[in-house]
Order: sequence, then structure tokens, then C-alpha cells
Amino acid sequence: MDKPEFVYVTYIASTPEAIWKAITQPEITGKYWYNVNVSESGWRPGTRWEHRDPAKDGPLRLVGKVVESDPPRRLVLTWAFPQDENDEAKQTRVTFDIEPFRGVVKLTVTHDRLEPDSDMLRGITHGWPIVLAGLKSMLETGKPLPKLW
Amino acid sequence: MDVDADKVFKALADPTRRSLLDALRARNGQTLGELCAGLNMTRQAVTQHLKLLEEANLIATVRRGREKLHYLNPVPIHEIATRWISKFERRRLDALRDLKRKLEGERDG
Repeated sequence: MDKPEFVYVTYIASTPEAIWKAITQPEITGKYWYNVNVSESGWRPGTRWEHRDPAKDGPLRLVGKVVESDPPRRLVLTWAFPQDENDEAKQTRVTFDIEPFRGVVKLTVTHDRLEPDSDMLRGITHGWPIVLAGLKSMLETGKPLPKLW
Repeated sequence: MDVDADKVFKALADPTRRSLLDALRARNGQTLGELCAGLNMTRQAVTQHLKLLEEANLIATVRRGREKLHYLNPVPIHEIATRWISKFERRRLDALRDLKRKLEGERDG
């Protein structure tokens, strides 16, 4: 196993199933991420997934492959900008681990295989804390946060 | 679970703990030994500081073999910040609603 590069943790008063849906269903991701996560295959390993603007035919932001899918506990994805989709060296990796913890749920996002000083690295270090705070707020209060970026 | 804001503020209210977070910002995923080497402190004192930071969820830890790696986790700081941003938004909206009522009431009267 590679040494993880970024590990983000949030504790959410919710269920693993609700958190899984909030990551994998476009109608829910759109509410707090302001982009949608889409898989045509139901997140089957080996298939393509997309992170895109929610507007019809809106721009594609990120693209990758489903590496591992074990609902509602673990989802591993490759993660790249659309122009880097076929560049093996530019495939970063994101792992979502969802586990019950003392009556709440611990969500851990691990992002690794990042190139030093890359746009992806800069983007994710800014983005993940905001996305995860938004996810927690939406699931706990029913209200997403205002768009902050 | 609410953000345990007390724990976050308490953890941040100490220069040594902030310098531990800075050390992880500079290089994420350090072991206790690596963090101690950067600070002129005993292993025991650093362990105590890391424990408080971990309880506040400002650092996340990953076990790898016998090693425990430490990662900067800024998510709780965003949870606190966004909580107040949305509260201020709400208050601003309430103030606008009151103003609207007042003006409309005056016009009607």
C-alpha cells in the first residue's frame, strides 16, 4: 500500500447508507458539492465514473474508474481531470471509508497518488474540507451550505 | 454529532500544537518520531499534544504496520467556519424580512 498523502475525517450523525447515497447519487451530490457524481453502471468496479456540472450537458470536471465498491462501507475511485483521462501517470486515487463509530458515522477520505505541485493537489487541499463540511451539514441539518467557492 | 467546538478551540489555543499542525502542513503523514525531531520536546509531551489534536479531530491517524502516521485534518475548522457563515446569512435574511415587513406595513398604513 502506498503511503496516503491526505486523510480527511469527519464524524456525521447519520447512517452509512445515507452517506453512501450522498456520495454516489447525482441528485444528492448536487445539493452540497454543486457538481454531481455519476456512474452509469451503479458503481461497478472497472467502469467509468464522472464528476460533472449538474446542468444538462454541463462541463465534465473529473473522470475516473471505479476500483472497488462495497456499499455502504468502501468506495475506491481513480480521479483525474478529463484531459488526463488516458494518462496513467496522472491518475490520482480517492478512497471513501464509511464506518459506524460510537453512535455516529466516521467518514474518512484518503486521497493519494498525487503529483507534487500539481493543479490537482492544489485543488483538492482547498476543496475536500469544504465538500466534507458541506456533506456533514446537509446530512445533519437537511440544509446544504451556501456555495463558498 | 455537533462539531465539538470547545475541543477545537482548546486544541488550537496552544503554540506548540499549532506548530505541530504547521509541521504536518509542510509534510503530511509524519510519525511521532519525525514530529519530535522537529520540536525540541520530549516524546511524552508531544504525545500528549497529539492526543488533544486527535480528540479535536484536527489530525487524523493511520496505522501502517507498527507506525502511526499523522495527517492534518482541517475539516472541523471548516465545519465551525461554515456554521457561522450560514448563521450570519440567516440573520441577514431575517433582517431583510423584517425591513420588508416594516416598509410594506408603513406603505399599507
